[in-house]
Amino acid sequence: MTFLLAQEHVAQAGDGGFWADTAGVMLVLPLLAFLVILAFGKRMKYQGGEIAVGALAINLVWASVLFVMNMTGGVLDQTTFEIGRIGSGLVFELGWVVDGLSIMMYFLINLVGLLVFIYALGYMHGDRRVDWFFAAFSLFAGAMLVLVGAPNLIQLIVGWEGVGLASYFLIGFYWEDLEIVKAGNKAFMTNKVADVGLILGTILVGVSIGTFDLAELGRAAAEHDQTLGAVAVTAGFLLFFGAMGKSAQFPLHIWLPDAMAGPTPVSALMHAATMVTAGVYLMARTFPLFEYLGADTRNIMVAIGAITLFAIGLLALVADDIKKVLAYSTVSQLGYMMTAVAAGGYTAGLFHLFTHAFFKALLFLGAGSVIHAVHSNNMSDMGGLRKDMPTTYWTFVAGSLALSGIAPLAGFWSKDEILATLGQEGYTTVMWVAIAGAFVTAFYMARCVALTFHGSYKGHGHPHESPPIMTRPLVALAIGSILFGLFNIPGVSWPGIGNFTDWLAVREVVMGDHHAESMDFALAGIGLAAAVLGLALGWRVFGPDKGTQQMRDRFAVPLVYPLLRRKYFIDDLALGVVGATTGPVARFVDWTNTYVIDGVINGVGGLVKMLGNFVYNGVDQLGVDGIFNGLSAMTDGAGGAVRKWQTGRVQQYAAAFVAGAIILVVLFVFVI
Amino acid sequence: MILSQFLVLAAALFAFGVYGLLVRRNLVLILLSVELMLAAVNVNLVAFESYLVTSQAIGQVFAIFVITVAAAEVGIGLAIVLMIFRNRRSANVDDLSLMRW
Repeated sequence: MTFLLAQEHVAQAGDGGFWADTAGVMLVLPLLAFLVILAFGKRMKYQGGEIAVGALAINLVWASVLFVMNMTGGVLDQTTFEIGRIGSGLVFELGWVVDGLSIMMYFLINLVGLLVFIYALGYMHGDRRVDWFFAAFSLFAGAMLVLVGAPNLIQLIVGWEGVGLASYFLIGFYWEDLEIVKAGNKAFMTNKVADVGLILGTILVGVSIGTFDLAELGRAAAEHDQTLGAVAVTAGFLLFFGAMGKSAQFPLHIWLPDAMAGPTPVSALMHAATMVTAGVYLMARTFPLFEYLGADTRNIMVAIGAITLFAIGLLALVADDIKKVLAYSTVSQLGYMMTAVAAGGYTAGLFHLFTHAFFKALLFLGAGSVIHAVHSNNMSDMGGLRKDMPTTYWTFVAGSLALSGIAPLAGFWSKDEILATLGQEGYTTVMWVAIAGAFVTAFYMARCVALTFHGSYKGHGHPHESPPIMTRPLVALAIGSILFGLFNIPGVSWPGIGNFTDWLAVREVVMGDHHAESMDFALAGIGLAAAVLGLALGWRVFGPDKGTQQMRDRFAVPLVYPLLRRKYFIDDLALGVVGATTGPVARFVDWTNTYVIDGVINGVGGLVKMLGNFVYNGVDQLGVDGIFNGLSAMTDGAGGAVRKWQTGRVQQYAAAFVAGAIILVVLFVFVI
Repeated sequence: MILSQFLVLAAALFAFGVYGLLVRRNLVLILLSVELMLAAVNVNLVAFESYLVTSQAIGQVFAIFVITVAAAEVGIGLAIVLMIFRNRRSANVDDLSLMRW
């Protein structure tokens, strides 16, 4: 195998030994937990929650060891098992990749997942179907691990669909409510639309270069393979379309806000480590292909990311449901990641994915803690919770500041990295859009914190702080949100462990990763200023000051406000188009089904039935059965006749014997 | 004495034995009938040896063998009869018609 090694750090990479060879344990354990909880969950003390937590805790041991090994020297390994092949060409394999990217994802999924699972033990306590919740939750994490461990596109699709299925279970968890069922359906179907892109792209790649292996795909792209070149643009767009679905890019983002219908820990995990990161991960995994496409083609992808990060971010300004604010925020942040990766900022996009996972999980769990206390999702029922729920408040503020991009919290470093990459790659306009997006982000987070925790309480009852099992994960995630940005300060290499850029650089095909080599203080200053301005304006409009109501009225600009409230009519458009087209199509298909297909099938069925009747009555009953019945009747009759001779009287036998002897004597003496 | 006289005696004994075997109902008497048939054979063996074979007493030796075998046979036969009688309180051969369809 030829490795295109670019950096010394990669050249030194070890094979990870035992820990890399057995990394597949991480892919299997949560799936096993899924089965065990399904079978025995109801009888367990925590309804299977302990199994789910245990599986991820064991996983985290592997992930942490690999993470540290990768920090201190790099780990590059791949283990595959062949499960089948078509002819001599296409090989199907399952296995796991261990490189910088997958190790980062393993660590992220298992760490954030474990914290969310522990939180869920408290949050779901006493709820309906807790065993099913933890089973599906384990499946969710397990499918995501299968996805990020995938050495080829086939296994990636398996994990991808597994994640989609588990998310469907979890979004529609409270299926007694029709609206929630519809939200689950919407998420599943929107994702299915995008999945078509992924599957077609996979087929195209597999057929053109003769393998589904992701490293081979990277190598083919790096070596400017001619066969791949012929389909690269189409395949790239198809894969990007798949990524748009899972990573909720405009206009396929409509499912994500509705996905809030699930329990809050589900939202936390879905928005942080699993599900929505899958699209960005796919882009990063197939990054050489996108590099190969050239900047002209990628401009469209950058544009989609830019629209997503700004336009959808605006929607968070008008949402009343706290989880929807966070959901639109996620879509917007995913826009940042997508823009960065599409612009060539492999490290920038993934670093934002990494830091975002911590503060978004933190914000969702904080929101869950609040919802748990006030029994409502709406910020109009909250307010003034700062004193009642101090731990939730302080961790939520930390998460909000990190998300807004306030130095030196995690979000500042990763967002700055994206801005720097965009500037460096010549996407100046997009860079300014991203800076405006940072302003919007800070604005809606200030609004969210002000409405939820400040002012006066508008709900019912008296809210209490959540139990420690819920607040401790919050604190842990807050620490991550505050500190983990320091992993990748441009130009800073920590002694002994290097930085995030180095860790991610451990991969088979290193190609075109554009990242900032040193700190751009001017740009960082502008980004920080945008964030501070956003926070200040948000606080001015929504904070608990006098005259706020007029400020809010002025904020409710005619035309713009209704436009945002109706989500740019995209949902209406999508559902309208789907509704208007599916009705007639469905009726036509129904008619065809009833009269054409059913007619043919009924006709064939009738013929087969007649034939069957003939065979049964004529051939089987009369012919075959007749022969066998006759034979057995003959045997029976003969036996009945002969057995009468067996009287059981010994002297009759002796008499017959003597008679036979006499006959023989007569024969021998007189006849012969 | 001529040979045919002994043969007639033996034939008569054998015929009595067959008769007893076929018509007697008591198991002990049936066994006695069998002994009678064996005795007829012994008479034949000794008679033929005495009149036809001139030396070596082959017929007598055979007769001794037959007597020995008959003794063993009667031992086993009487044991069987005894067990049947103990189990069924009867030595009547008509009661023992179980070996049939």
